[in-house]
Amino acid sequence: MPNPTNHIELVTRDFSFYYGDFRALTSISMDVERNRVTAFIGPSGCGKSTFLRSLNRMNDIIPGTRVEGKVLLGGVDIYGKDVDVVDLRRKVGMVFQKSNPFPKSIFDNVAYGLRIHGERNPSAVAQRVEESLRAAALWNEVKDRLDKSALDLSGGQQQRLCIARALAVKPEIVLMDEPASALDPLATQKIEELIFELKKEYTIIIVTHNMQQAARVSDATAFFYLGELVEFDETKKIFTNPKEKKTEDYITGRFG
Amino acid sequence: MERHFHEQLQKLREKLTVMSRSVEESIEKSIQSVMLSDAALAEEVFSMDDAINRMEMDIDDDCLKLLALQQPMAADLRFIMAAMKINNDLERMGDHSVNIAGYSKSLSGPRSVRLMENIPKMARIVRDMVSESLAAFVEGDAGRARAVCLKDDEVDRLDDALFKDILNLPHPDSESVSRSLAMVLISKNLERIADLSTNIAEEVIFIVQARTIKHHSELSLIEDRRAR
Repeated sequence: MPNPTNHIELVTRDFSFYYGDFRALTSISMDVERNRVTAFIGPSGCGKSTFLRSLNRMNDIIPGTRVEGKVLLGGVDIYGKDVDVVDLRRKVGMVFQKSNPFPKSIFDNVAYGLRIHGERNPSAVAQRVEESLRAAALWNEVKDRLDKSALDLSGGQQQRLCIARALAVKPEIVLMDEPASALDPLATQKIEELIFELKKEYTIIIVTHNMQQAARVSDATAFFYLGELVEFDETKKIFTNPKEKKTEDYITGRFG
Repeated sequence: MERHFHEQLQKLREKLTVMSRSVEESIEKSIQSVMLSDAALAEEVFSMDDAINRMEMDIDDDCLKLLALQQPMAADLRFIMAAMKINNDLERMGDHSVNIAGYSKSLSGPRSVRLMENIPKMARIVRDMVSESLAAFVEGDAGRARAVCLKDDEVDRLDDALFKDILNLPHPDSESVSRSLAMVLISKNLERIADLSTNIAEEVIFIVQARTIKHHSELSLIEDRRAR
C-alpha cells in the first residue's frame, strides 16, 4: 500500500465482481487517498476498467452482473440498498475514453448536470459553467463561442469539455477511463497537465493501458492481472523497484 | 503550455547550483586550513562533506525518478544524463577538499615560501573553474564551458612546476620530506578538482550542443587554440 500521507477518500474491501458465472475481479482491497492521482494499469482483460466502473456503479446497467464485498465512500457502502445512484454519480464523476459531448452548445453541455440536479438560477449556472471550463483549462479557448455546438470542438477540446462537465456538479472523485487514448500527443499532454492541476481539488482515479502515462501523471499505481490486484504502491516505487516479480515483468515488457 | 516536468527539471538545476556553492566553499576552506594550519577549518570541511554527500544522494534520487517516470527526450534527456554526471563530479570534488584539509597538520612548521605561493595560485584558478563550469551549466553557455576546459592547462602547468621545485630541494630531512609530500598531494588534489570542472564543462557542451568533446575529440579545442 502507498504511504498514508493523506486522508483516505475511498475504500474497497474484498470486492469481487461477476459477469454471470465469470469472476472478473477477485477480492480487491484498496485504500484510495484524497487529492492524489491513482492509476490502474495491467494488460487487457485484467479487470482494471471493470474495477473503475464499479466505483460509481456504472456496471449496474449490464445485465447478469453482481458484486461481493464493499466499496466505501465516506464510510458508506455504495452498494447499500438505500444509496441514490444518481447522487453517487454526482460525487463520483466519470470521463470516458472517447469524448462524448451532447449535441448541444458548449455552455449547455457543462450546465447539463447542474440543471438535472435542480440548479435553476441562471447566474449561478453561468458562474459554475465558467469555473468548470476554467478548471478544465478550456475557458480561454471557448469563452467567445459558448453558444456554438460542442461537436465543432477538436478531439482534445471535446475531452476537456467532458472533464468540465464532470467537474460542474462538484464531484469528490473523478474516474477517468483511458481519457487520452484517442488523442494526439499534444492534446494528451494537455490532459496530463490538467490531471496534475485537478488533483489539488479532486481525487482522480485513472485507468490507462499506457504505462508511461501512469508513470507521468499518478502518485500511486495499482497493477492488476487476471482480475487480481497484484501490487499497489507509490508510483515511484512501482516503476523503479516493484515488490512483485509479475509487476516487474509487466512494466519491463517481459510478460508472457 | 508549461509542463510540470519542466518545473521539476528547473528544481534539479537549482539543487545542483546549491550543491556547487557548498563544494566551492569547501574547496576554499580546505585551502585556508592548509595555509593557516587551522584544524578547526579542516573540521568544517569534514562536516561539510557529509552535507555534500547527502545532496548527492538526493539529486541521484531525483534523476532516477525523472528518468523512470517522465521518459525524457532530446535536450531534457541530455540534461538529466549530464546532471547525474555533474552530481558525481561535485561529490568527488568535495572528497578532494577533504583530502586537502587532511594535509593541514602535515604542513605546520617552517615552509618554503616560494612553494607555498603556488598552492593558493592554483587554488584560485581551480575555484574559478568550478564556479565557471557551474555558471556555464546554469546558463546553458557552451562558450563559457569551453573557456573552463582551456584553463585546465594552466593548472597542470602549476602542478608540474611545483613537483619539479620539490625534486630540486637540497638535502631533504624526514620532516621536510613529509611536508613536501603533503604539498605534492595537495597540488594533485587541486589538479583533480580542475579535471572534474573540465568534465562538467564538457557535459555542458553535451547538453547545449549535443556534441561530445572529451577524450580524443579534444582535437577540436586544440584547433581552436591554434586558430587564435
